[in-house]
Amino acid sequence: MTAPLTSLDRPNSYIGRSVPRPNAKRLLAGRGRYISDLRLPRMLYAAFLRSPHAHAKIVSINTEQVRAVEGVHLVATGTDLAKICTPWTGTLDHFKGMTSAPQLPLPLDRVVWAGQAVVAVVAESRAIAEDALELIEVDYEDLPVVVDLDAAREAGGALVNPGSVNNTCFRSQLDNGAVDDAFAHATHVVEEEFSFGRHTAVTLEPRAIVADYDPAAGMLTVHHGTQTPYQFQDLYSRHYNIPEARVRVIASDIGGSFGMKLHVYHEDMAVVGLSILLGRPVKYVADRIESFVSDIHARDHRVRARMALDAQGEILAMDVEDLTAIGAFSTYPRTSVVEGNQVIRLMGAPYRFKNYRATLEVIFQNKVQTSQYRAVGHPIACAVTERLVDMAAAKLGLDPFAIRAQNVIPDGAYPQTSPTGYRFEALSHQACLKRLHEMMDYDGLRAEQADLRKRGIYRGIGIAAFVEITNPSPAFYGVGGARISSQDGAILSLTPSGEVRCLISVTEQGQGTEAIISQIVADQLGLAQEHVKVITGDTEMTPHGGATWACRGAGIGGETALQATRALKRNILEIAALILQEQPSALDIIDGQVVDAATRNQRMPIAEIARIAYFRSDTLPPGTQAQLTVSHHFAPQGYPFAFTNGIQGCSLEVDVETGLIKLLKHFIVEDCGRVINPMLVDEQLRGGIVQGLGAALFEECRYSDTGQLVNGSLADYLVPMPMEMPDIVIGHVETPTADTELGAKGVGEAGTAAASACVLNAVNDALAPFAVTINSIPITPLKVLTALKRF
Amino acid sequence: MSGFDDSLLNEADETVRVRFVVNGRKVACEVAPRETLVDCLRDKLELTGTHAGCEMGACGACLVQLDGRAVHSCLIFAVQADGATIDTIEGLSELGAIADLQAEFHRRNALQCGFCTPGMLVNAHELLSQTAQPSREEIRDALSGNYCRCTGYEAIVDAIDAVASERMKAGGAGGGVT
Repeated sequence: MTAPLTSLDRPNSYIGRSVPRPNAKRLLAGRGRYISDLRLPRMLYAAFLRSPHAHAKIVSINTEQVRAVEGVHLVATGTDLAKICTPWTGTLDHFKGMTSAPQLPLPLDRVVWAGQAVVAVVAESRAIAEDALELIEVDYEDLPVVVDLDAAREAGGALVNPGSVNNTCFRSQLDNGAVDDAFAHATHVVEEEFSFGRHTAVTLEPRAIVADYDPAAGMLTVHHGTQTPYQFQDLYSRHYNIPEARVRVIASDIGGSFGMKLHVYHEDMAVVGLSILLGRPVKYVADRIESFVSDIHARDHRVRARMALDAQGEILAMDVEDLTAIGAFSTYPRTSVVEGNQVIRLMGAPYRFKNYRATLEVIFQNKVQTSQYRAVGHPIACAVTERLVDMAAAKLGLDPFAIRAQNVIPDGAYPQTSPTGYRFEALSHQACLKRLHEMMDYDGLRAEQADLRKRGIYRGIGIAAFVEITNPSPAFYGVGGARISSQDGAILSLTPSGEVRCLISVTEQGQGTEAIISQIVADQLGLAQEHVKVITGDTEMTPHGGATWACRGAGIGGETALQATRALKRNILEIAALILQEQPSALDIIDGQVVDAATRNQRMPIAEIARIAYFRSDTLPPGTQAQLTVSHHFAPQGYPFAFTNGIQGCSLEVDVETGLIKLLKHFIVEDCGRVINPMLVDEQLRGGIVQGLGAALFEECRYSDTGQLVNGSLADYLVPMPMEMPDIVIGHVETPTADTELGAKGVGEAGTAAASACVLNAVNDALAPFAVTINSIPITPLKVLTALKRF
Repeated sequence: MSGFDDSLLNEADETVRVRFVVNGRKVACEVAPRETLVDCLRDKLELTGTHAGCEMGACGACLVQLDGRAVHSCLIFAVQADGATIDTIEGLSELGAIADLQAEFHRRNALQCGFCTPGMLVNAHELLSQTAQPSREEIRDALSGNYCRCTGYEAIVDAIDAVASERMKAGGAGGGVT
């Protein structure tokens, strides 16, 4: 009771407060409105015949029998859709020399991965459409299949795209010089080759789309389970030649996305075309097997890396080669090389060293595309860096905390430019390291580990520091020619009853966008949060913006809301000042009441201002035009990205008889700048960590030698379930960015960024007594037993 | 494949009349024999709170109560449920049977996208009706057939744990109405 008052004790102070999400009650009552729930009048259902071959020529397609089936309305092949849809190519201008073949909704004459959609059937029910697929005859002629990474790079080997010179999509090199020199003069060099399996997002709601073309109005409405409605408005408009203002994309509740739902998928483009051809709404919801074979996959890297250190354990240089295979095409419109590009640029990010060289090679193969999925490139860069740091510590006889404390960029030394070219405004590695050490009870864990080891119980402790990329500026995609917005917009209105409606371009996928935006608006305006209604995800209502990806919801969307609210507040106070015969600067708003700024004495409710302005403008001074709706856009300036940082730790136990790994506890200290809602941030971190833990131990898209995905179901592809996941302890350090008034940075990638690196280090720590190491993820029991030579 | 037997499609189209008590009301509908209960609930009865995630009983999104027990509605055909009493998330919500669980999930933000949430709640409801005060380990074990991609599961475990304690304090072991 005697605790000092904090900023949270002010009325309407919502920034920094753990308030529940207003929209969660609806979802808890089973009243979500997911695209897969949607049914429109006269709606038809699409299903796709998929290629059984990873690479084959389409000799002929016979659809004659299907067209006669009752209930079937349309059968469409690649040729039919190519007449109305222009092709797309997944390259960006600033990735010099990048190539990728043009793509169409359905292929014309060749399939390039097993599971690629070949023919579409639209029928009165999904079941009829699926039945009809069985009547389609496609003659294929097998072509050589490129599956393996090494085979794909072999000179004179089979080509994913016949007619190209080789299977290279993109090559890039970073070199700031003197790397060879640094290695020649190093006292210690650690070196390893790592591999990272392919995995995929496995959103619980698969991809879903309802396209509704109205030929009478010349209007296309697409209900699309996507993160980025504005991007798709632009794409549907351009590729189907419909004026942009006549394309509306609505993204209501989305059952998970994680980056997976912002890429262009062939089926989604096809469904839009099918609706145009039929002039009726067409629905497509991927089933789980379709999701596994057609959603983007992610990662799939092989990295060779070495690190040079001096006698004292100072990191001097890193030398990295990243090879990544991305499937048959680069995705559109963001491309599949962004991940590799971020891998080589995030290497060594927490550390102070000067010399860096990296090569990136991005290779095509006959598999489904890989592309951006949560924490793009972060887990690879983090695992490689942090494993090398641990290996160096072991070589030097240093504790993992000690070598990091010695090498991280000091908290007081910012701004800094990394040897890979990133500019860091202000990070807090030292503070995070110290905090993690305390939080883990590190010394206690080490003592317990030593004790248990004597009894044949092998526990491991792993830590991993990370830097996260958030709030990308136009330099990210815009500069490469992609029409992907880095700015966001908000339209804020005071309603006649004195409430606020906020239309904003950042979107909600469950992470709490609507909640934090309403917190910011309520806080800045001086209103109870329940009087703020936030509307997202409809290109016809909300202003154009980048929406929610790459952790830009709070940092960019939040700042947009903050600036818009301040503008609305100025307008409200100007009218209040006219009514009250006061200077606007002498007034403020608290709890929906205009008050004297100095005394806080109530003068009039803002509802009364709204009433007068809307219904009795005749009583206002002549010439007054009340502007109770403001529209405001904000684009990040200053630093090209708001980098955040943190460190994770974990404790686990390896059963050396079975190879099974039991996660005991996980820890994270994280700095996302200004925290708007701690509860949402914490569970966002936990969710991210669990995705990283899944990658570390379970998740891998496995292919046969012929390019067949062999584990495309939730019984075969293992995902983290509650029983295997540990409790997760969270600590925060707050270093707000000075680039915005709000000071918030992103937090969505942080958990995923370092979780698998932690586990990799911890497993190797546990196996240290056996003098064996593991350098690939997922770390399956088989890999553990193989390393231990017990299998 | 030429010479496709047309009767196959007709057979698939043939419907059967089934009757259930769904969320306390008698309903009858025409279903194809191959139609699963989840499709019947979602498409015929427009009870879209029950979700289809994997359609093979691995993810738990489709859990409903059938004659008082949680079952995967994707793993049974609608015709098999003929004569059964079915409670979906909509019915359990309206009944108030899981109001305390819903409130605690809300208070702790034990959900993000919400797609897994109805299944989680049905399972949590079942768990607490069987075990009044499960340990955290038992809660995690009970939920081990419910996949959530968004959260770290921890807030969900916390919420169920808290409701179990509250129900114990209130003196009723079961708490909910079944």
